[in-house]
Amino acid sequence: MLTAVGFASVYISLKAQISSGSLTYAVFFFGLYLAAHVVARIAVPDADPYLLPIAGLLTAIGVTEIYRLGPGDALRQGLWIVIGVVVFAGALYWLRKDYRLIERYKYLFGIGALVLLFLPLAPGFGESINGARLWVHVGQFQFQPGELGKIALIVFLAAYLQQGREVLAQGRLKDWGPLLVIWGGAMLVLFATDDLGSALLYYGIFLGMLYVATSRLAFVAGALGLFLVGAAAVYQGTPHVRERVLNWIHPWSTTKIYCPFNGHMAFRQDCQSYQEVQSLYSIAHGGFGGTGLGNGTFTTTSGHQVIPDLNTDFIYSALAQELGLIGAAALLMVYMLFVLRGFRVALAASDGFSKLLAAGLSFGFAIQTFVIVGGILRVIPLTGITLPFVSYGGSSVVSNFLLVALLMLISNRANRESTA
Amino acid sequence: MNRQLTRLAVVSMVLLGALVVATTYWQTWAVAGLQDRQDNAIQQVAQLSIARGLIEGANEKKVFATNAKRRVKGQTIFSRRYPQHGLAAQVVGYSTEGGTRVGLEQSLNDYLTGANTNLSNAFRSTLDRLGGGTVHGSNVVLTLKPAVQRLAMRDLAGRCGAVVALNPHTGQVYVMASSPTYDQNLLRTSNGYAKILKIKGACGDASALVNNATAGLYTPGSTFKLVTAAAALDSGTFTPDSRFTDPGYCVEYGKKVYNSSAPDSPSAHETFGNVTLAQGLQHSINSVFCNVGMKLGAKTILQYAKRFGFYSTPPLETPASERAPSGLYSYSKGRSRLYWPKDFNAVDAGRLAFGQERMIATPLQMALVASTIANGGVVPRPYVVQRIVGHDGSIVSTTHTQTLGRAIKQQTAQELTQMMVSVVQSGTGTSAQIPGVQVAGKTGTAETSANHVYNAWFVSFAPADNPRVAVAVVVEKQPNGFGGSVAAPIAKDVLEALLHG
Repeated sequence: MLTAVGFASVYISLKAQISSGSLTYAVFFFGLYLAAHVVARIAVPDADPYLLPIAGLLTAIGVTEIYRLGPGDALRQGLWIVIGVVVFAGALYWLRKDYRLIERYKYLFGIGALVLLFLPLAPGFGESINGARLWVHVGQFQFQPGELGKIALIVFLAAYLQQGREVLAQGRLKDWGPLLVIWGGAMLVLFATDDLGSALLYYGIFLGMLYVATSRLAFVAGALGLFLVGAAAVYQGTPHVRERVLNWIHPWSTTKIYCPFNGHMAFRQDCQSYQEVQSLYSIAHGGFGGTGLGNGTFTTTSGHQVIPDLNTDFIYSALAQELGLIGAAALLMVYMLFVLRGFRVALAASDGFSKLLAAGLSFGFAIQTFVIVGGILRVIPLTGITLPFVSYGGSSVVSNFLLVALLMLISNRANRESTA
Repeated sequence: MNRQLTRLAVVSMVLLGALVVATTYWQTWAVAGLQDRQDNAIQQVAQLSIARGLIEGANEKKVFATNAKRRVKGQTIFSRRYPQHGLAAQVVGYSTEGGTRVGLEQSLNDYLTGANTNLSNAFRSTLDRLGGGTVHGSNVVLTLKPAVQRLAMRDLAGRCGAVVALNPHTGQVYVMASSPTYDQNLLRTSNGYAKILKIKGACGDASALVNNATAGLYTPGSTFKLVTAAAALDSGTFTPDSRFTDPGYCVEYGKKVYNSSAPDSPSAHETFGNVTLAQGLQHSINSVFCNVGMKLGAKTILQYAKRFGFYSTPPLETPASERAPSGLYSYSKGRSRLYWPKDFNAVDAGRLAFGQERMIATPLQMALVASTIANGGVVPRPYVVQRIVGHDGSIVSTTHTQTLGRAIKQQTAQELTQMMVSVVQSGTGTSAQIPGVQVAGKTGTAETSANHVYNAWFVSFAPADNPRVAVAVVVEKQPNGFGGSVAAPIAKDVLEALLHG
């Protein structure tokens, strides 16, 4: 039911800027979604029926907006969605009997996560885009291994925290050792690569999972305290971070200040905070009802794009302009629905590992959405990460489909047990 | 474990709920503030995709501002054209592709872009927007009469100055000419703005961008005698028949303040002997008004000036920054500043009475003084926008006649009218006579910093018994040019054109 509604709405929005090309897209994605659905029905018949349709809906919204901003990118994104669905189907098929076997390989996942995060720093491999070294180049393909590293780290945390729940609660250092080594290592790598958004995300995931596992609020409070101390230190120590905080608090300056991009004096809104400020203008321009899909204003009269990275980090401001408050709020509610279904899976699961894994994945999904959209909306300082399923970016799409696959595996098992 | 899971889920919902709240803030409350920001590149382009409303003249198919369209990367871009090439440029203003706006183009931007409109047009433009069609702004119909406006500009003939003509009963502004002027289309050429800045006019230091009619700060000279006379009569201190003896000067602070020199022999000062107040106005005798001023005191004169609209910026649809209030100005550090005296004894009441002594007035303000006398003592509220019409032809707004309050009694206005009629019949303003029409007027010849170089003024209305038009004219820096010889003929031309047109 919901599937049909979801896709009908996307189909209509795709139709809004109809051309034979976009119609082909619609038919193609509908077919792709049906294939994924059939695989899910066979491999995990008792899984939560909402997760895949929501993922499909978000993916379709994303690819529609990416198509609107640049048809060339949409083709590449489509290719990645195909890969994502293949990974999704593969994961379901491979783990359909009992996904919990991955619990046994927790250190493999932990070290794997570190390696994935470290990969872009490796000489000859990595590539730096926009000042952050997050990409790996293999032939034609660019890949951001950190996205997969996130899933691997959640698997590791779930397994490790489940195993050591009782002993961890006692707070002895030796039980915490491996946890702190791997998690601390991840944080270090993120700072080394200047990926502050991911650092925030990982910290949040860790806190959430730690709380669920130990139910000790004192740990959370302590970790939050540590976070504040760390944040203050980082603020003092790195000009890059200080700049971001200033962009957040005072995006508009009334006097001209030094602009590091061109070496001249300029207003902050014309230099450092240009991207944030123009993105707010874009959102405000949408108003209540939006400009309508395809009618938004994103380029200047000379034809160049006003907001850099519009289809990746800033895709929310493009969507908010064209869909307006109605559309943007609806989109956020779809995210809420996904997170709620995810937590339902965690509640229904019978064993600790499954609960922790589902909670980590769902909470991570919520925080990732919060970090990027909250950054765009000036709720928190802006740190660039992708908006799950919607942003342009292959690694993000693939890892999010993997996330859906894991959640569906967990819910399939939980539901089968409860009905059996 | 489940309790912790529920709590974590609640935290997630709070975080995502905060995003809904923040989005609502940016898309509702914050919109107006963000739209007005100069660095808003989105708004700048979005406004160019709107077909701005036309700016039209009154009752004639003359258009002051229209659009040209072109296509850039699949979107239609509209840019402004000004077919009248600088006629009323300081009133209409301009709107550039870079997003700079002045004049009505700035103050009426919300109407011209359709952001502020009536329900039927709002509905239509929303449909247009969602359907990918062009959004049309509302058209603005001015009260300005292009033909007479053009005549006034021709009469100013490159000299610096201004002409303001309005209906004294309704406040409709028929002519608002400011010279020197500039062609707004220049702004689309390279270095256009710099070229406009270089336009200095015949007076050497004017800016074509300034609307002299509403922001030009001129010493009113003898035209201010109308305000002094109004105070003298309305306060009951004097009548038109009050008698004075004119020795050619008046004594103030123990010093002689001379009458102006006779037009035919600049070295000699005129002397009239035994005269009435009415004759004092007719021949513009400084010594008479100097004595009136000393009797009334600066406070009474300034209070009456206030009632005529001095000391507040006259209302009009143009941006407030392009209008200036009239009154006493002090100069310090190269800046002039309006002030209301704390100590009235420090103001030279005798010289104030004939419009010197730091008294500054805009042509619009002096036109309002004439209009008030013509309107039986009530100050009309001036306006240049007659109505705003939506793209579908429905009226978005219409300007109705309003007043700014009563300045003087009706009887005072009638007495002043008679005195002003004699100015034109057999006084200093005879060159404003129109055959078959009784014209009421007052000349002004204000001293400038240079010797024998004057700002020539004429304020008037006609017909005297049933006024339909009031006009104020100022022509700057005329060597040996007097209000009667330089400004009065221009006022006559404009009055004639408007009365017959």
